[in-house]
Amino acid sequence: MTHYLLYPGCSMESSAIAYYDSLMAIRETLGLELEEIHDWNCCGATEYLGINLIPAYTLISRNLALAAQQTNGTRTVVAPCSACYLNLAKANHFMLERPILGVRVNEALAAGGLHYDPGSLQIRHLLDVIINDIGLDAVKSKVVRPLKGLRVAPYLGCMVPRPDYDHRWSNPEYPNELDRLLKALGAEVIDFPLKTHCCGGHMTQIGPATAYELIRRLVHAADQYHADLMVTLCPMCQLNVDAYQGETNKHFKTNYHMPIVFFTQLMGLAFGKDPVELGFGKEFVDTRPALAKIGVEVPPPPAGETPTPPKPKRAKKEGLPMPRMSGEEEEVSS
Amino acid sequence: MTTEIVSPTEVGNPNLRFLEEVSAATAGVSRLEMCIQCGTCGGSCPPAADMDHTPRALFAMIRAGMREEALSSNTPWICVSCYHCVVRCPQEVHIADVMYTLKSMAIRAKLYKDSTAPDFSQTFVDMVEAYGRSYEFGLATRHYLKHYPLRLPGMAPMGLGMLSKKRMDITPRRIEGIEQLKTVLARAKELELEAA
Repeated sequence: MTHYLLYPGCSMESSAIAYYDSLMAIRETLGLELEEIHDWNCCGATEYLGINLIPAYTLISRNLALAAQQTNGTRTVVAPCSACYLNLAKANHFMLERPILGVRVNEALAAGGLHYDPGSLQIRHLLDVIINDIGLDAVKSKVVRPLKGLRVAPYLGCMVPRPDYDHRWSNPEYPNELDRLLKALGAEVIDFPLKTHCCGGHMTQIGPATAYELIRRLVHAADQYHADLMVTLCPMCQLNVDAYQGETNKHFKTNYHMPIVFFTQLMGLAFGKDPVELGFGKEFVDTRPALAKIGVEVPPPPAGETPTPPKPKRAKKEGLPMPRMSGEEEEVSS
Repeated sequence: MTTEIVSPTEVGNPNLRFLEEVSAATAGVSRLEMCIQCGTCGGSCPPAADMDHTPRALFAMIRAGMREEALSSNTPWICVSCYHCVVRCPQEVHIADVMYTLKSMAIRAKLYKDSTAPDFSQTFVDMVEAYGRSYEFGLATRHYLKHYPLRLPGMAPMGLGMLSKKRMDITPRRIEGIEQLKTVLARAKELELEAA
């Protein structure tokens, strides 16, 4: 058993509930013991940092202080959400890099009877501990339903491989960890050039046109590579590419149908778990046609939900999926 | 003969120390003064086309003491925190974190041109400060009513989908230690004012 403290983050209990459910479903198979940090609070995502410096770092550090109190033989906090992972790592790193920040944050924490020694915990992403602590051989040994014939686009987004303060990833722009994991599950993994490009983050809320263009680049590239689905490790990426794909299609008059799921969901399928237990069926872009290729049936969504868009015709005659600047969309929608 | 050293304020621009101010308000060691104007940041930036100044130009403006122009730029608000520029910058400037600093300074100076982004951040933070967790339903309804009332009908199916798929709660989740959190944040805000 490998034992860690878990910082789930807000998305894992709401928009990314499928990520949480699938993680819980596979943890025993992996021998992964996760102890949730008691009474953790929101990390502030990408919002608090742009308002107030010391309060933003205090908000993040309350979690580190609580985790440090709770260390039952482990100093490692695992965060499955990219923004949470980066914020926790950022606070840990910057309070060491610029000690005055740590002093002020601790002064604020002291008002609530809390304290954190910067650098005393390790902050790691879930994929990192699966690859480097549990190992691909152990993962492979648990596969009972290889994902043979499923063509997947590994998509990590930005905030896990970058800026990578602790040098845990093979490359900040083109890491291979997710590819290797998916190959271990038996999937056909495409060499996805946009694997760490941006999904638009919060721009879906404050500058939709900017976000839709970034989403379009991703689904366009995955579509050009004839991927059956995209696989991610980030709640924000999943939400933007999944829930806003319809809006993106409307915006560009396109008809993409590119499902996106969490890597833990595919691990669960490969380990023979029930797709409903793994949170399948909660996507906006239907995964059923893709999963049918590996003989997995997911019950149809209950009546009254948004109908799934039809499968697009592959009519576009284009070359390599190069990133595009906005203003070039005429070429795509034609 | 002694050489007279001319201080920045004597040359007539009181903002020539603006770069130091931005750097001091940034989380880590910003290295902003190390920028060599190579433009790698702007060339690496996915939403650069939507910015009124590339990061490189913005940093030159900061160095030139163009406080108002820099703080009213939309660049920090378009930044998607993707960190492409950060890992490519040959001078290791903490570009994304400088963007966060510029946002907070623009809010304080009320120099932003479009209130959509600052309002969104503030609403998000209000929810977190009230409950200790993010509250997407409250955030989405408040934000859309204020800034995108016309987008609401179009977005309703998605919102309903989020609810029916149990990917969003109607009621907020409150942490047990909410009073503790409020206390530490109140102290942090006092410290922020003292540091400014």
